[in-house]
Amino acid sequence: MNNALAVAGIVIKEMYRRKDFYVLFILTALITMVMGSFKFFHDDKIVRYLKEICLLLIWISSLVVAITTGARQLPAEKEFRTIFPLLAKPITRGQLILGKFFGCWLACGLALVLFYLFFGIISGAHEHQWPVLNYFQALWLHWIFLAVVLALVLLGSVVFTAVSSNATISFIIIAGILFVGRHLNQVALHLSEPAQSIVYAIYFAIPHLEFYDVRDLIIHNLPLIRWSVFGLATLYGMAYAVFFLYATWLIFRRKSLN
Amino acid sequence: MDTKSEGRYPKSEDGRTWISGLRSSDLAMCSPLLVLSLLFALCLSFGSTLEPWRQNWSGGRNKSANVLNVLIGDSRALFANHFFARADAYFHSGYYPSIFDTRKTEEPSHMINGAGEEGREEEHHDENENGFLAAPKDWIDRFGRNFFPSHHSHLEKNGDEREILPWLRLSAELDPQRVETYTIASYWLRSRLGKVDEAEQFLREGLRANPDSYEIYFELGRIYDENRRDAKMARNLWEVALRKWEAQLRKSEAENNPAGKPNDLVYEGIVARLAKLEEAQENFPQALRYLKLLKEKSPAAAQIQKQIDELEQKVKGHSAP
Repeated sequence: MNNALAVAGIVIKEMYRRKDFYVLFILTALITMVMGSFKFFHDDKIVRYLKEICLLLIWISSLVVAITTGARQLPAEKEFRTIFPLLAKPITRGQLILGKFFGCWLACGLALVLFYLFFGIISGAHEHQWPVLNYFQALWLHWIFLAVVLALVLLGSVVFTAVSSNATISFIIIAGILFVGRHLNQVALHLSEPAQSIVYAIYFAIPHLEFYDVRDLIIHNLPLIRWSVFGLATLYGMAYAVFFLYATWLIFRRKSLN
Repeated sequence: MDTKSEGRYPKSEDGRTWISGLRSSDLAMCSPLLVLSLLFALCLSFGSTLEPWRQNWSGGRNKSANVLNVLIGDSRALFANHFFARADAYFHSGYYPSIFDTRKTEEPSHMINGAGEEGREEEHHDENENGFLAAPKDWIDRFGRNFFPSHHSHLEKNGDEREILPWLRLSAELDPQRVETYTIASYWLRSRLGKVDEAEQFLREGLRANPDSYEIYFELGRIYDENRRDAKMARNLWEVALRKWEAQLRKSEAENNPAGKPNDLVYEGIVARLAKLEEAQENFPQALRYLKLLKEKSPAAAQIQKQIDELEQKVKGHSAP
């Protein structure tokens, strides 16, 4: 575990040296503040549109950071041949994968805390209310979502040869699940066999990432999610993350590094 | 060839320096600035040739003063529809069908109904509010409903209705010909948020884009009647609305275009309000005329006949010494 944590520490250091997050954070802040400066019908109390825009930007930014970072971890080690001294430490391939995952996940978590802090300040300044628990639930579920995404991207990085193809395919899969995942059962009902069974199987097999997108609950000031449901969603996400990491290890342990 | 040792241009075997003897790659090597200048001149020539044609091209967007029009052209109507639906979704606190869901009925949204006749709003509190979400089909469906708005509610407290306004404003910017956007925004502005001036200003913007809209004249008349208590102005506006409605009816009949037929409900609203206003102003013959017009269209003809009879009795009472 210590080896994995040491690798994670290096990944975190590497991530805060890179400029991706800073650029995305500044862009998010800038766009939100410009949008917040608009007044509609001389009304200062209109805020939900601003919350929607800010949360959308946070989701896009976090997805970009997670996918681009996760996708280049293992290929970069192979490309610069740093994977050989790393594995000679000694550190197992499983620990390497775990370390890379934890490093990216923790770094994304830190980035999320900053993003949500900014969102909370903007939202609170307009609404004059601070639903901290709601924001905590949104942040936590968002972080669990990123765990699944990172595990999926790490799996992609041992399956696909190029970083760009892995990033693009991962992005398409994740966006597809977010937009269509919830409705696949309805789509299946309108299909004939065997397409119906195939779509139903996909519906039950895919990780339902849309569970973690609770932006509408935050935007419209709806009540807290029940804690039991919240806990189950966390377990569901972690189960998929573990599944993808295990699959990554199964492929990576026998993969030639040359 | 060693250009550095031989000076700026290479020398031939007889010792002369001559540029025409160079290959194209050599020319590029010895003077990239020259090539860059030539390419720039070429671009400039193309630009100056094409620009006058682009200015006169009928399909160009450069004539529009609206930035959104320049950026997205005619597809802005699609975006306008999306933002209008977004306003409706906000009105229902995010509880809104996606393209995969189907509404149970084809009736218009509550945001639109609310902006119509106030009396009709009462209907919505009695109707079945189950909406588009049927019973969960499986455990994923059931579990997933905890993470998005899955209960029907309306923004009708503490002035929360204001949250729909940015989307309506944006929708109007993108598609100024969509009359409904102006009338709905005006209704919520004047009746729930007390922003009468803003409502009037927005309607006048709509009128500039749609000068023949009887709906906007009708809504403007309501502002003058209900909020500003200016009966004279309200009468003028409703009379214009009535003329516009009749003109549109004649036009649709002349063109044999049923889709262009004006809305009967708005007509009923105009004549009913004119009748009420004339009665309040004690212009009984005019009030009777409008009530008779209303009776021709209204499904509650018997009730309107009763009103006519009562008004006729009143007229007799007034004319008696």
